[in-house]
Amino acid sequence: MFQTVGQPVPRKEGREKVTGEAKYVDDLKFPGMLHGATVRSPVARGRIRGIDFPPGLPWDEFTIVTANDIPGENVVALIVDDQPYLAAECVNHPEEPVVLLAHSDKYLVEKARGAVRLDIELVPAIFTIEDSLAKKQVVWGDDNIFKSFLVEKGDVDSIWAEAAHIVEGEYRTGAQEQLYIETNGVIAVANAQDGITIWGSMQCPYYIHKALLKAFPLAPEKIRVIQMETGGGFGGKEEYPSMIAGHAALLAWKSGRPVKMIYDRAEDMAATTKRHPSRTRMKAAVSREGKLLAIDMEFIVDGGAYATLSSVVLSRGTIHAGGPYVCPNVRIRSKAVATNAPPHGAFRGFGAPQSIFALERHMNKVARAVGLTPEEFRRRNFLHRGETTATGQEIREPVNLERLLDRALELSDYHAKTKAFAQHNQRSGVKRGIGFATFMHGAGFTGSGERYLQSIAGVEAQADGHVRILVSSTEIGQGTNTILAQIAAETLRVVYDQIEISRPDTSRVPNSGPTVASRTCMVVGKLVESAAIGLKQTLVKAGFLTENYRVQEFADACARYIGEFGPLKSFSQYQAPPGIFWDDDTYRGDAYGAFAWAVYVAEVAVDTATCEIKVEDFVALQEVGRVIHPVLAAGQIEGGVAQGIGFAVFENVVWKDGRMANNQMTNYIMPTSVDVPRIRVYFEEIPYEYGPLGAKGIGELPIDGPAPAVLNAIENALGVSVDEIPLLPEMLMEEAGVA
Amino acid sequence: MEFRVNGGSRRLEVYPMERLLDVLREEIGLTGTKEGCGEGECGACSVLVDGLLVNSCLVPVLQVDRCEILTVEGLAKNGHLHPLQEAFAKTGGAQCGICTPGMILASYQLLARWPHPTEDQIREGLAGNLCRCTGYQKIFDAVRQASEA
Amino acid sequence: MRAYVPEYDLVAPASLKEALRLVADQARPMAGGTDLMVLFEAGTLPYRRLVSLWRIPELRGISTGETHMTLGALTTYTEIQQSGIMQDEFPLLVKAASWTGAVATQNRGTLAGNIANASPAADSPPALLVYDAEIELLSSSGSRWVPYAGFHTGYKTSVMQPDEIIGHIRLPRTTAGCVQYLRKVGTRRAQAIAKVALAGMAKTSGAVVERIRIALASVAPMPIRCAQTETVLAGRTIDRAAIEKAMATIALEIAPISDVRSTQDYRRRVTVNLLQEFLETLLA
Repeated sequence: MFQTVGQPVPRKEGREKVTGEAKYVDDLKFPGMLHGATVRSPVARGRIRGIDFPPGLPWDEFTIVTANDIPGENVVALIVDDQPYLAAECVNHPEEPVVLLAHSDKYLVEKARGAVRLDIELVPAIFTIEDSLAKKQVVWGDDNIFKSFLVEKGDVDSIWAEAAHIVEGEYRTGAQEQLYIETNGVIAVANAQDGITIWGSMQCPYYIHKALLKAFPLAPEKIRVIQMETGGGFGGKEEYPSMIAGHAALLAWKSGRPVKMIYDRAEDMAATTKRHPSRTRMKAAVSREGKLLAIDMEFIVDGGAYATLSSVVLSRGTIHAGGPYVCPNVRIRSKAVATNAPPHGAFRGFGAPQSIFALERHMNKVARAVGLTPEEFRRRNFLHRGETTATGQEIREPVNLERLLDRALELSDYHAKTKAFAQHNQRSGVKRGIGFATFMHGAGFTGSGERYLQSIAGVEAQADGHVRILVSSTEIGQGTNTILAQIAAETLRVVYDQIEISRPDTSRVPNSGPTVASRTCMVVGKLVESAAIGLKQTLVKAGFLTENYRVQEFADACARYIGEFGPLKSFSQYQAPPGIFWDDDTYRGDAYGAFAWAVYVAEVAVDTATCEIKVEDFVALQEVGRVIHPVLAAGQIEGGVAQGIGFAVFENVVWKDGRMANNQMTNYIMPTSVDVPRIRVYFEEIPYEYGPLGAKGIGELPIDGPAPAVLNAIENALGVSVDEIPLLPEMLMEEAGVA
Repeated sequence: MEFRVNGGSRRLEVYPMERLLDVLREEIGLTGTKEGCGEGECGACSVLVDGLLVNSCLVPVLQVDRCEILTVEGLAKNGHLHPLQEAFAKTGGAQCGICTPGMILASYQLLARWPHPTEDQIREGLAGNLCRCTGYQKIFDAVRQASEA
Repeated sequence: MRAYVPEYDLVAPASLKEALRLVADQARPMAGGTDLMVLFEAGTLPYRRLVSLWRIPELRGISTGETHMTLGALTTYTEIQQSGIMQDEFPLLVKAASWTGAVATQNRGTLAGNIANASPAADSPPALLVYDAEIELLSSSGSRWVPYAGFHTGYKTSVMQPDEIIGHIRLPRTTAGCVQYLRKVGTRRAQAIAKVALAGMAKTSGAVVERIRIALASVAPMPIRCAQTETVLAGRTIDRAAIEKAMATIALEIAPISDVRSTQDYRRRVTVNLLQEFLETLLA
């Protein structure tokens, strides 16, 4: 059916990546370049009394920047604008940046960074959700609350009295470090005359652009942000790069020299954002027949010391908290609260992995209370077309979750294994179990978010028939370059190799929005498709092509058009699909244009001698609209599942006085090649009308399912219900009371 | 001191405790080898020294005096990619690409040791190279494909 | 990278004699560097003058004697794994070597480095302890052999004098007919630091224990042999009662702590369970 889409075409920048030619920011060197370093607060909260530069170092050779040197506003522009680039009078979290240094000798600048002494008068700090809610200290605003939401459907309080079963539970998720293998880094060139140019590792060039606009007195055209090859993002390079870019720019501005700033791993882990820790309390009322009657949920996330993106993380987590179920009465009370940890931020899933973990664990608990198997309970409560979600969004796509569940259970041999394991566990110290999670993930910005972004994508044809895609969407490994090229090639009916894609450079490409929220394929891809259609129509209207042109005719037509009229470009701006209504005040309506739907099944083995948990098999089945590139799509799922397994049973942030104590890769444990099973990925396609060639977004979906599936499997194996992740052997041994 | 990199001889004046990783990247300009952690945990800095895989972030340059070093830049011959490079590109073994040079060299040593490795041997041979993007699945496929080439 | 590189000196003498002279003059020895360089990069290596032993021929090689295997200090984990005799007679050391870091670490990490670095979590020591290893210490003034069992004296302290380096490690070839056991519990299945590791070796005659060795990592300030637990079992018939008694003894003999990787309680429970697992192989 399709020529390019659905084919495993070569990755656009694949050759460079396997030869080592791909250029990441640290691979660049500029003449006269200085190296930058950040002096950070060693304490969680306090008043800065002084900064000491001890003798023994040639301080006059250094460029030194403090808050006073910021020519514009000392704020990292994002949503609430509460976070300073550099702490001026007080610090609110460990690792908060206070002083910047630059020198041409990268070893000396590091030595100097360690020598600077900050004199800080301690002020009591808070580190837990409980302390924040209790206002043990008020560390942000009047009440420590960055944002709160109330979602109501029906009337939950009218249900409790008559419900056959009421099931309560509390669930917790810990912080998770994105752990991209390339740390954060930028190079900045900056002065008042020429403006600022930033090269860096990033997901969102225009976020940096917006932030620098506020910190420097420059016109927008004077700020240029260029994305280099980026070694992983996962959300960790969504908003954070604005901070490091501003720092490098400040040093460049003051010194008059290019400044390179690359974090080492220890700094990156301790100072930059992590997934928001969460606490969810659930109360569900169920009928005798196992139908959900009411869900009352309190969902709290710890945002750290500044607001950054907490309101949006809370939003997505809140909206996803209801899951793929029909429930006539729902109340979700959610809050993002402040503590004195380094601000938490974007990480793939963005609130949904947290609330979905709680929901899917709770559904199993409810099933047990009612005397149903987890799968039967799901079947009795799944959403169908025409029914509404917790926010009142009517499902307009054909979705068949029962069939998806059946297929996933078959692919994983779920029923036979459940029986076999029950037998096996009676005789063995290694307990085996199998469990699943059913969930969905909305692609694109929530509600009116995409309208607010007003993203633009463009295509430009050359005289030789090559077409260049113009977007600010970044390739960070997920395949942006490749799939957008496929969509353009398919739409223009030319060969894949004719499509090029520009390096995102804000002076050269329009703002197609941030590379986040599973929107690049579905939203930006659609814009690329529209722009390509526009290009085609321009040529047809101009008489250089007929409607059914052949690929060989395209180049010719471009040459003739350009020869006669000049540049051949086409741009498309976002328009919401018809019939999408979202109310920001009541938080009701159509939260997302489309959901991808999934059932994930995990099989585990737990050695009761040590409580080590091994995921032995994993089935990931999802309905995604259209698979644009089979290898890249599967790659997204596999990578997301591995991160989800990490979230569930490996990755633990050890906190000491608000600081990450295990900020080294030797002590923050992500899975190695030996720790992951074969992850078996299956796709179904029900084309989404408003997606490019029917595609929906899938980037975040795969990290939502693994944690609850794995914990459900562990419960199946041991008969022990654990409601907190990461679930490490130490905790499991205590909970299970084994040995 | 003097050593050979990708078949070519290099004579350098460097601090003895400078990391081999930094000498390769800064002094010699071979930026294909990457820094991921500076602790010998992630393997992004892997190179071969006298045929053996090492984490170049943990090797003081003095200790490779008179050695033969192979980096990712030395794999392709006359513009023709090594079968491992072809395989990584084709199977989706490279996503963001930052772990890829080290991963390919680890695979190179793996195949030298086990030309037809089992899946367990592939996993074990790559256990010191962390990848955050792929979940390793397509990296296993890439090594398998290269072993059959 | 937090070290100020210009202020470090590393020299690579060609001869053992020269190396020992430098060590006597307070230069710190470096073998493969896999431990020292991590500290260096974290900015916490306290030494500025180092001497590389990496190329010294006298410190390399595995030699097979009639009664002993002798391993040069610079024997790498890779070389240990590749040795046929090591695989046959000292499989626990081969296993430990295969679990130390991963391939790249194993190509550079050395047995002496592992011993001298003296981490309580090190992978080789439990095997070396059950094998009754002996360590040769060299200095400009001579050499001496010490039993590894008494080598460690506390957390990161040992009987090594400041002017000494490890020359060789000697293992008596007395493992024939012994049941051998080694299990490491790490933070993950590869490239992990041990939360607990237990090595066990026993020679039985019928069901009676003639000789038994039990050693552990990560449950004390240094690698330890569990002499009390061994005493409980030596000369005894291995039955349920003996196993229970041994488990109770080992629980009190160790001194685990809670740290960034694990908890005291977990380490204790796992130690007891691993001992049980080992002793049950003797039951059969």
